[in-house]
This record gives sequence, C-alpha cells and structure tokens, in this order.
Amino acid sequence: MPKKILRINMTDKKATYEDVPEKWSRWAGRALTSAITFDEVEPTCHPLGPNNKLVIAPGWVTGTPAAPSSGRTSFGGKSPLTGGIKEANAGGLSGQKIAKLGLAAIILEGHPKDGKWYTLVLNRNGVEFKDAAPLMGKGMYEIDEILGKTYPNTAIIGIGQAGEMKLSNAGISVNDSENHPGRYAGRGGMGAVMGVRGVKAIVVDDTGGPGVEIADKETFEAGRKKLTEAILSHDLTKKGGGLPSYGTAILVNIINEAGGLPTRNFSTGQFEGAAKISGEAIAEVIEQRCQGADSEGTMGHACHPGCIIKCSNVYPDESGKHLVSCVEYETAWALGANCGIDDLDYVAQMTRECNDVGLDTIEAGNTIAVAMEGGLLEFGDGAGALNLFDEVRKGTPLGRIIGQGVEATAKAFGVYRVPTVKGQSMPAYEPRAIKGIGVTYATTPMGADHTAGYTIAPEIAGVGGKVDPLTDEGKADLSLTFQAATAFIDSTGYCLFIAFPILDIATGWAGMAETVAGVTGMAVTGDDVVPMGKEILKMERLFNEQAGFTSERDRIPEFMREEALPPHNVTWTITNEELDQVYSWVHNGS
Amino acid sequence: MQIDVRVFATLRRYVPELGVGETIKMDVESGTTLVEILDHLNLPREEVKIVMRNGRQADLDDAVQEGDRIAFVPAIAGG
Ligand code: SF4
Repeated sequence: MPKKILRINMTDKKATYEDVPEKWSRWAGRALTSAITFDEVEPTCHPLGPNNKLVIAPGWVTGTPAAPSSGRTSFGGKSPLTGGIKEANAGGLSGQKIAKLGLAAIILEGHPKDGKWYTLVLNRNGVEFKDAAPLMGKGMYEIDEILGKTYPNTAIIGIGQAGEMKLSNAGISVNDSENHPGRYAGRGGMGAVMGVRGVKAIVVDDTGGPGVEIADKETFEAGRKKLTEAILSHDLTKKGGGLPSYGTAILVNIINEAGGLPTRNFSTGQFEGAAKISGEAIAEVIEQRCQGADSEGTMGHACHPGCIIKCSNVYPDESGKHLVSCVEYETAWALGANCGIDDLDYVAQMTRECNDVGLDTIEAGNTIAVAMEGGLLEFGDGAGALNLFDEVRKGTPLGRIIGQGVEATAKAFGVYRVPTVKGQSMPAYEPRAIKGIGVTYATTPMGADHTAGYTIAPEIAGVGGKVDPLTDEGKADLSLTFQAATAFIDSTGYCLFIAFPILDIATGWAGMAETVAGVTGMAVTGDDVVPMGKEILKMERLFNEQAGFTSERDRIPEFMREEALPPHNVTWTITNEELDQVYSWVHNGS
Repeated sequence: MQIDVRVFATLRRYVPELGVGETIKMDVESGTTLVEILDHLNLPREEVKIVMRNGRQADLDDAVQEGDRIAFVPAIAGG
C-alpha cells in the first residue's frame, strides 16, 4: 500500500488521508517537511498565525525492520525563533510508529476557533480528537505517565507549559523506550507551532498498521548489512566504543582541550570545571550510584528500539533511580560550562526541567548565560539557574522572557555579547576556535545549528579526514559538503551519528544509500547523497529568501570579530564574501 | 623537563589509576617525541586518533617542549 499524507485540520477537526502528490514522492524526513513547508506555508506568515503549519515526517527507512538506528522523526514549519524554515528532528518512539501506520507525513494546520486544546490519537482507524483539558498546565513527565496508562505502548508527542504559552524556545517532546520525555525536536520553537494548533499531545498507536513496504528487498538487505558492519566496527560506535561508553559528552574534555568550549557566555574557550561535567564524570556517577539490581542509571541507552549505537544515558539521582535521560554533550555544556556551572547534579536537574517544561536545552542554557552576563544572577549559580525553570513553568513575566530564548533575554538585560545567528543561539563549539562550524552556523537555513553541517568531524575528531580547526582556508566548501550530506541523512530517518562510521568506512556510506534505494525503489547511490542534499537545501534557502532573509543574515555576531577568544586568542576572520560563496550556487546553477 | 599529559575517554582504560580530570606530570628529556610518550604510557597506537599539543593538533613525531600540555584522544564525536 503506498504511503499517505495525513492532513489534520484543527479548525474543523477533520482528518483526511491524501495520496502523496508526485512533487513530494521522492522525499521523506527533513526533505519532506521542508518541501511541504516550502509549498504550503506562506514564507512571510507570522509563525504563530493561522497560515503556519506543523509538518511531521519519518525518514525513508524509518519503520523498516532492522535498519539500524533509524527511528528519527522530523518536525518542520516556520520557526518562531528564527522566522525562517525549520526542521528539528528527534529520536524516541514516534518515527517508527508513524511510519508503520503507513504515513509519509502528518500536516497539522488551522486552529480550534473555540480555543480548546486537544489530544490527537492516531491509530489504524483514523484520528480521534480528545479533550486535552486534564493535561493542561502539566509538564511532560506527567503527561507521558497519564497518556502511557491510557494508551500503553504508544508514541507520545507532546508540549510542556512552554508550548502552551507559545514561547519561542518551546520544543516538542517524544517519549523514549521507557516512556519518559526527553527526545526533543528542540530547536527553533516548534513546540509553540504545535501549541498554536491547539494540540497538547499526539498519541501514535501503530497496532495493526500496514507497516513500511520495501520495494527491493535484496538491495535493502545488502545495504543494511554494510551499514550495520560499518557501525559495529568503528571505534566510536562499536560495542564498548566511545559513544556507548561515554555518550556525546565524551566531547567535553576534548573540545575544552582544543580551546573551543564556549564558557561563561562565549567569553573564553576553556572551562576550568570541564572534567567535572564530562562524559567520563557522568560514567563515574552512574558507576557509583548504580550498583544495586534495581538501579536505573546507565550509559549505552538506546533512545528508541533498534538503535545499535546507544549514545544515550539515564542519569541517576542519589539513589540510583532515573533523574533524567539524557545528559548530552550539548546539555552538559549549555547548562554547565556556558553558565560557569561545574556541578553535574545541577546540570542534570536543569536538563530534567527543560524536558518537563518543554524547552530546548541549548537555547535554555544560552539564555541563562546571557541573563547571568546581564546581572540577573552570578555565573556558576546552579541553584539560581535551576529556579528559573519554575518561573517559566508558572509563566511569570521573567519566565516568559527566559522562555523566549537568547535574543529576547539579551534585549531585556542589555547584553551585547549575543551568540546567535538568525535568532537562534549557538551550540557547544566556539566558531572562533573551530572555523568550519562557524561557517555552518552562519549559513545554514536553520540558524546557528551544529548538526546542520558537522565539520567538527574532520576539524576535531579526525573523522572523514583531518583539517586544522583554526584555519579559514577551505572551510566554506567543507561546510557546504557537510550541510548537503546532512540534509540527506536527516531525510533518511537514520540518526546523524551513523555519519561518523560511514565517513570513515566507504562501504557503510554506500550501504546507507542502498537501504534508501531498497525501500523507495529510487536509483540512489552514495554519489547522489550530496546532490540530493543540495536540492533540499535549495528549497530551504529559497523559503528563507521569500521570508525576507538576505545575505546579511548569514553572519557571525559582531563581538566575535571584535573580541579575541582565549586560550588561542583568535577572532572570527572568515570574510563575508567567503560566507556568501557557500550558497551562491542556489542562483548560479550548481 | 616537565610536561603535562591528559588521556581521555576510552584511552583511560590503559591508565586506570588516573582519576577524571587528573593530569599525568612527566619528566622527560628534551627532544622526546609524542610517540615516545604514547609508548611509555602503553597506549595502543591504533587507538590514538588525535594528539594535541597546547590545544592544537600535533603529529606523533613532534618533539615536546618544557611546560607542554599534551592530550591523547581516541575516536570521539557526538552532537
Ligand atoms: S545514537 Fe543516540 S541519538 Fe542516535 S538513535 Fe541511538 S541513542 Fe538515539
């Protein structure tokens, strides 16, 4: 059975199943959310208005049996944070279940005229519109628990209080294998776009669903084998390798060593407390607190069934029980080093608060750091920082400012050092010390985003080649290649972390493309990854242009040109002309 | 002369006595190369993916200098 588009109109509470039109038939995941946004969302619309939509799409291979680490769900639309196009993707349970219901995408549009809130229950018979009144004002931990009881073994997509208040830093939560919140489509405020539609939660029950058809089983199987072998043989992703042993926070010490760990609101590139919030330290806490048989803390946690990398963790409280999943590199940095906080328990509690209230951790940590610089509280004040989440939860005026993210907070507190591009704050890599990632921050249609073109692989990790992070040369081309390859991988449904083994192991790269070819029946090979990625980037770029973005929005903040960053004492030196080259092909042929 | 050596992530399995965040202080002769230090610490060469000297990428054949801060890094990446 060919896949369908499920269009849910919240104005008249109507759900319709549509054939996938020819123009979208090649796409899935990010490519599909961006294509639908490009075709159906007015670029100049207000992100919180009636003309924006929330598009949800699993990847090409998501929901197929045994494609490794492929459960991603893309969430797209126009971002309240950046004002441009957005795709944020998450792991957790939703992707596989949406795909198994035979859906290519869900388009959520309109908004209830009666101002009511709804829980949508998706199953093989259609969509039920349930009154969400019992869930209102609640955080994601409680929501997952309540809905998990009524609808066991389902995926739960939801928004916390931040999404209800339509704050620009509201994320969308997806439950994980233990039915906890925390797998977030965090970036760009898409939780507010869901809130505008009057949808508090979406329950996905795939029982009896048609499943995902595989057009060419032989090709799929051959590709799956190559990809799996690459993942399980690479030192980073194999059993006992770096990611399952230490999680993404394996990077804290190394980026710190390279002088690229933004500290105290991007004022220096090394944090004296880095080791205390590192992956090694997280592993040690788990080891110490989780000796008992009923302990819940663990490294090597899979955020959805079928992940064979398992970079996630469950950070335990003092008694070894689940406090939060997961403390990532980005969270340890944003809520730790960038706020001058070196206490992992505070970092973990704040991460839990983000997951509960429904905030993106990167934007939240940056916002607190900016507020610290603005004098609201001192750098290093873990208790004070933790309290701020309650302000957001309650919707106090201060909480609403914090929930708007970095730029609004910087204005409220008169701060000049504002680490954003296109309204979205930078993740855990200092562009002055790691130039290629700065090109990605500046030029990706998403606003400052490391995952959009992860040049850290060759610049720091020696994956996919080795490049000096401190030099400017070649970084524009490097970033574009990574941005294009990423746009493709974001459309496959594979976790982006498969990129590390397949950048080093060529058969894995070919295998990934073969699985896509096998599922879809399209003639896709490893050579098509970058060109197809560029097609996706072009749609996104054009949407932003029509939304009013000019090349002046592809810039690194002024303070990074003015202030030298210790310890290497470097400024941002890549020229505007070089930045403008990155996307010049959009209008000048390829 | 004195140098500081840091060993990260999975490589720490070869220096089990080293606590998180601790540094190995080493006395070495001038002209000592990074590969000699790596061998001295019994770190398997094939597991060392990156070597840093004072926060910059270095080559295994580079000689160290007084006060250098050296780091041995295995396969790492993340998000
Ligand atoms: S590698 Fe990590 S983020 Fe990716 S799918 Fe597995 S657990 Fe989730």
